[in-house]
Amino acid sequence: MARALINVPPKAKKGDIIPIKALIQHDMETGYRHDFVGKQIPRDIISLFTCKYNGQEIMRADLFPAVAANPFMSFFTVATESGMLEFTWSGDNGFDVTETAKITVE
Amino acid sequence: MPIDDLPERSPEPTRRTFLTGAASAAGATSAAGGLVSLLRSSEARATPATMQAQIRKTIGQAPLRKGRVTLDIPPIVENGNSVSLDVAVESPMTLANHVKTIHVFNEKNPLPNVITVHLGPRAGRAKVATRIRLADTQKIIAIAEMNDGTFWSDEVEVIVTIAACLEDPV
Repeated sequence: MARALINVPPKAKKGDIIPIKALIQHDMETGYRHDFVGKQIPRDIISLFTCKYNGQEIMRADLFPAVAANPFMSFFTVATESGMLEFTWSGDNGFDVTETAKITVE
Repeated sequence: MPIDDLPERSPEPTRRTFLTGAASAAGATSAAGGLVSLLRSSEARATPATMQAQIRKTIGQAPLRKGRVTLDIPPIVENGNSVSLDVAVESPMTLANHVKTIHVFNEKNPLPNVITVHLGPRAGRAKVATRIRLADTQKIIAIAEMNDGTFWSDEVEVIVTIAACLEDPV
């Protein structure tokens, strides 16, 4: 199970623009490298990252092999209501990880 | 004791025969590895032309204007394995006027695409950051697609001293 780190402010005022940061442990093997006997190392990347705020998608990213290992994403959202932010990473070899973070909006 | 009476060398590997054997085997593999990397240096990579083609494929025939987008990436990086990339777009991010998508392209990695981020009015601010790989000294271009169908861009030339993507595992 890949470890994920998520940074969401636990509290915010309604209407505030809040920063969100998400990092996940993953090699992001490009598929363009070779091992010592010249055999190609197969691609193994995360190709999709999504963030949902109470079920509504607020950001979606298509990742390519050019994204560095342990993909990091930083973005913003408007604090509209208290609830749950859901982060999903999916990719090659059935990779699928979902993490959640709570937010209280006053 | 006369030499003839010395016991015959045992056929089993001794420490000395093992070490010499191992050394020559290692030499052979590294020579093969060198040959492999020589052959590979001619491997296909994206070129400025393939990047332009990919951009056209993504945005169609729409005109690409400079401005509104700020691409923040270090102009010189020591290690292309992890380069911080920050794209900000001037936009009020309202329902009527917002950034739909931010595309990032490169010239010389094996693939022209780097990342595509889809946003909407819920984002509040059109600013995203991530970390990317750069295989060579090259131009990076960020394109913002607005909800009114216009495209804006910014580009930065990055000098890379140690490349990523194509190197062998350590």
